Amino acid sequence: MLTPLVDDDGAPFWKYAAEGELRVQACADCGELRFPPRPCCPHCRSFATEWRRVSGRGRVWSYVLPHPPLLPDYAEQAPYNVVLVELTDAPHIRLVGNLVTAPGARLDSVPVERIRIGARVRVVFTSTGLPQWVLERP
Amino acid sequence: MTVLKDATAIVGIGQTPFARQLPETERMLACRAILAALDDAGLAPDEVDALASYTMEETDEVEVAKALGLGDLTFFSKVGYGGGGSCATVAHLAAAIATGQATVGVAWRSRKRGSGPRPWKNTTVQLPTPAQWTRPYGLLRPADEIAMLARRHMHEYGTTRDHLFNVALACRNRANQNPAAMMYERPLTREMYMNSRWISEPLCLFDNCLETDGALACVLVSAERARDCRRTPVYVHSAAQGLPAQHHGMVNYWNDDPLTGPAWTAARHLWKHADLTPDDIDVAQIYDAFTALIPLSLEGYGFCARGEGGAYTEGGALEIGGRLPLNTSGGGLSEAYVHGFNLITEGVRQLRGTSTAQVPDAATCLVTAGEGVPTSALLLRN
Ligand SMILES: [Zn+2]
Repeated sequence: MLTPLVDDDGAPFWKYAAEGELRVQACADCGELRFPPRPCCPHCRSFATEWRRVSGRGRVWSYVLPHPPLLPDYAEQAPYNVVLVELTDAPHIRLVGNLVTAPGARLDSVPVERIRIGARVRVVFTSTGLPQWVLERP
Repeated sequence: MTVLKDATAIVGIGQTPFARQLPETERMLACRAILAALDDAGLAPDEVDALASYTMEETDEVEVAKALGLGDLTFFSKVGYGGGGSCATVAHLAAAIATGQATVGVAWRSRKRGSGPRPWKNTTVQLPTPAQWTRPYGLLRPADEIAMLARRHMHEYGTTRDHLFNVALACRNRANQNPAAMMYERPLTREMYMNSRWISEPLCLFDNCLETDGALACVLVSAERARDCRRTPVYVHSAAQGLPAQHHGMVNYWNDDPLTGPAWTAARHLWKHADLTPDDIDVAQIYDAFTALIPLSLEGYGFCARGEGGAYTEGGALEIGGRLPLNTSGGGLSEAYVHGFNLITEGVRQLRGTSTAQVPDAATCLVTAGEGVPTSALLLRN
């Protein structure tokens, strides 16, 4: 499986995720949230940043079901889901992820017929600190 | 921008054969396409003083100029973002020629995508930002990234697979008229489409462009000089690039509105500097790496309102005789996928009256580059 290639701007996201926390970059001056992480606030041009913990609740904004040809580790689990989750307490921040039955479960563990746009989901973390999503009402 | 309006013209086009596999190198294919375009224009290689291509183009301008015996170059430019750069190569040449930086410009694209590796398999290139936020989850390919938008468009606006089929069919029908197209004499039916394998649901095999080896080129000169050329000039009436504020590449998921991509930005500039409106367009060549890009682009370029792009395709609208004949050489879906350059050359053929699927009396053509990535567009007229 591919692992995130962490850069300077994104490193805090993955550090908090490894500790089981979903945090989003915010401007320490004007307070605006931003994603993906970057060095400067596009609203007030401040370089002061902080990482704000969010509830980890969201809704499915859209989803796809990839089929081969795919990289081998992914082909083995295909068709699997990739969801785009809109965070409840941070509108317009949408995280790409997978809907699974439990942390670390296969990417095809949730039956396709259970996946729908608007479904409420909650963040969980794999043992390696990758955020994933489970249905609020499984 | 009034400086650019109709100030330059495309006077030559050239291409190699298109196939899944061609034996020649990308450099040889590039040279053949450029020579064919210069021959079409009736201009000598040593008259060329400007070149433009894509940053993803691997045939270096130094090598091309040397191999072909081009003249002293006073302008050269490369445009980024893959298929988003196609029309911008012509736009850059037009700007250079209109402002006196050069006199004869060549734009080209040579690519062995059919026999070469799939770009998305190169994870060392793919994984750095922004892909660290998408690739680990298995959102691996452009098809997956656009399918996410297609699903949302279907959910919000009732766009259907039949609408996407209308796009695929229009392109295939035109390819069936074009002996140069990879899908010449290979008709598509609704049954074939609906029963084809998935690539990334909701996109199936026929929603995806071809994988093609081939090269194309075009030659640009000033409008004044074009009057002395061999061919009917096709004027660059308006040109634009588009990279919206806070845009984030193909996965524009973090904007306020991911369904309004770079096409909307390019379109505003394109129409603002044109004497034309969408109602005046006789034929369109719209970038079709995926069928789902067409409804998004129809909305972005103002042919219909937001959310109506799917419904617009109904009733044969994109066929010859419809309200907006589309991708009349077959496009990326059915002629060849060479990062959209074939859409430019087909736009030229339509305005010369020499297309294999000629729109009667076509006088205006919209050509667009890839939607979803920082993009570009041209309005051509004869
Ligand atoms: Zn700020």
